[in-house]
Amino acid sequence: MMAFQILNGLTFAALLFVVASGFTLIFGLLRIVNLAHGALYLLGGYIGYTVGQFTGSFIVAGIAAMASIAFAGLLLDRGLLRFVRGFDLRQVMLTLGVALVLNDLALVIWGGDTFSVLTPSWLQGVVQVGTLFYPKFRLFVLAVGIFVFAALWLMLNKTRLGALIRAGVDDAEMVEACGIDIRRVFLITFMLGSALAGLGGLLGGAFLALYPSADSEILVFSLAVVIIGGRGSLEGAAIGSLFIGLLNTFGQVWFPQLAYFVIFGPMAVLLAFRPLGLFGRAT
Amino acid sequence: MRASLRVVMLVAVAALVALPLAMPTYYVSVATQILIFAVLAMAVDILAGYTGRTPLCHGALFGTSTYVTIYAVTTMGLGLPAAMALGIVAGTLLSLLFGLLAVRTSGVYFLLLTLALGLIVWGVCLRWTEVTGGENGIRGQMRSGLLLDPYVLYAMIALVVAVLTFFMWRFVTSPFGLTLRGIKDSESRMASLGYNVPLHLTLAFTMSGFFASIAGALYAVFNDFVSPSTVQLSQSVAGLLMAIVGGIGTLFGAFVGSFIIIALEQAVSSFTERWQMVLGLTFIFIMIFAPEGVIGKLRLLAARRGRGANCDQLQKSAA
Repeated sequence: MMAFQILNGLTFAALLFVVASGFTLIFGLLRIVNLAHGALYLLGGYIGYTVGQFTGSFIVAGIAAMASIAFAGLLLDRGLLRFVRGFDLRQVMLTLGVALVLNDLALVIWGGDTFSVLTPSWLQGVVQVGTLFYPKFRLFVLAVGIFVFAALWLMLNKTRLGALIRAGVDDAEMVEACGIDIRRVFLITFMLGSALAGLGGLLGGAFLALYPSADSEILVFSLAVVIIGGRGSLEGAAIGSLFIGLLNTFGQVWFPQLAYFVIFGPMAVLLAFRPLGLFGRAT
Repeated sequence: MRASLRVVMLVAVAALVALPLAMPTYYVSVATQILIFAVLAMAVDILAGYTGRTPLCHGALFGTSTYVTIYAVTTMGLGLPAAMALGIVAGTLLSLLFGLLAVRTSGVYFLLLTLALGLIVWGVCLRWTEVTGGENGIRGQMRSGLLLDPYVLYAMIALVVAVLTFFMWRFVTSPFGLTLRGIKDSESRMASLGYNVPLHLTLAFTMSGFFASIAGALYAVFNDFVSPSTVQLSQSVAGLLMAIVGGIGTLFGAFVGSFIIIALEQAVSSFTERWQMVLGLTFIFIMIFAPEGVIGKLRLLAARRGRGANCDQLQKSAA
């Protein structure tokens, strides 16, 4: 039973990581707290669901969800955020307005019913791990989480784009002075972060189901992960996700109705000692 | 207080009490709602405008008080005054707790943290069905006797709001309020002058939450019903938007903001259910075109058309 719950916690943490890593990437480099991230997650899930119903292919649904949400990120960055560049609080509040609009738009298009993204046959059923049987799809989500972590780590640490992003986090003006179009790096990062929200929505849509308030729920978790892990830190997002994922799972077992309150604890303790999170740095 | 200001305030209060007598019942209830939300917006402004910390949890503080007040009447069988007192105490204690956590952060981090804290309250209200009734919320008959008359209710609430407005005005113009403004301008300077910055911030947060809780308790009396939508994010967003539309740091602008947003809500709701979308779009437009608020924007435009010399000065004060 214990092992089962730990696996539940780990797989939930993997889902959180996929969503929160996109959030923290954008927050770290662009200084934009994209509060529409939850809404993008929900939208990605709905699009994935619809495309999945239409084509019957999980892979196509995933590509559609990621591509469309990356495009939504492009529109958000180029269409709206460029009017408020340089004003931190105005940016945040603008994305909040976008979150309300997107959430309501999703309600208009898909209604208030609960949907589950259809999982492909090769991910249905259970596998035997030792003495216990565990749903295949949840293990797949865990694998995707680990893959995203590895891919992002390699991208950030081993590629030219990653070097530019890291340099941009430290000093965007200096990077620009070196003749690099930092706006393009920003845009790519924004689209990448958004695509991760779309991917998270698809996985979450099969894992937790999609309904109109799912965006706020995932947003709280993402915020908690970033508050714990620190702005812009991949490692922080991973540790924060593990923390919140496990805590939320055990919270639901121990105090089913107050599980939400349980994530409050570590956030409070951490803030008392490290207001900027585990890996956060002052700027 | 200057004599002219006193006259203006007296006229304003008299107008607030007398005007609705000439209006149909529906508009009286809208006017009541405007007054209650103006208190919420002023509570937000104490933090956002006078302390330099923009909060996104005031809908949750407001709603906690509403929940507790209605729960106390329906389930615990308390009388209305005792229930409201309990609601206000609960909301204030919650804001003290939030304040203790949040004052260590500033800027965007403060916004994020208060947002997360507010959303946790929403999550608890949604899930803790035994107490909160989950999605269905709690309904209860809060008013009896004279208060059942919408005009009497309006007059009572207008009176309470007038008193609250006076106290909030006293609060932000007091030496304590001036210290807060000092902290807004430069935290390190105030710290080196010997002010205990975290203590001041915690107290400011708690006071702000206290006023938001009073608004929440009034809302319980007015609305007879509470559900998770009272504590949800869009409520905090609406409170903040009212403060911004009225002009951050103007306190009384909250009445203008509250009037504009609620009038818009009523107008939109009469022909579409898409209020949340309109609220979001309004927020986006305000952020892009008029972050200094409607009054600040009008003042800027007037200055630009009239005396060009004063324009720069005004622009500076608005920024």
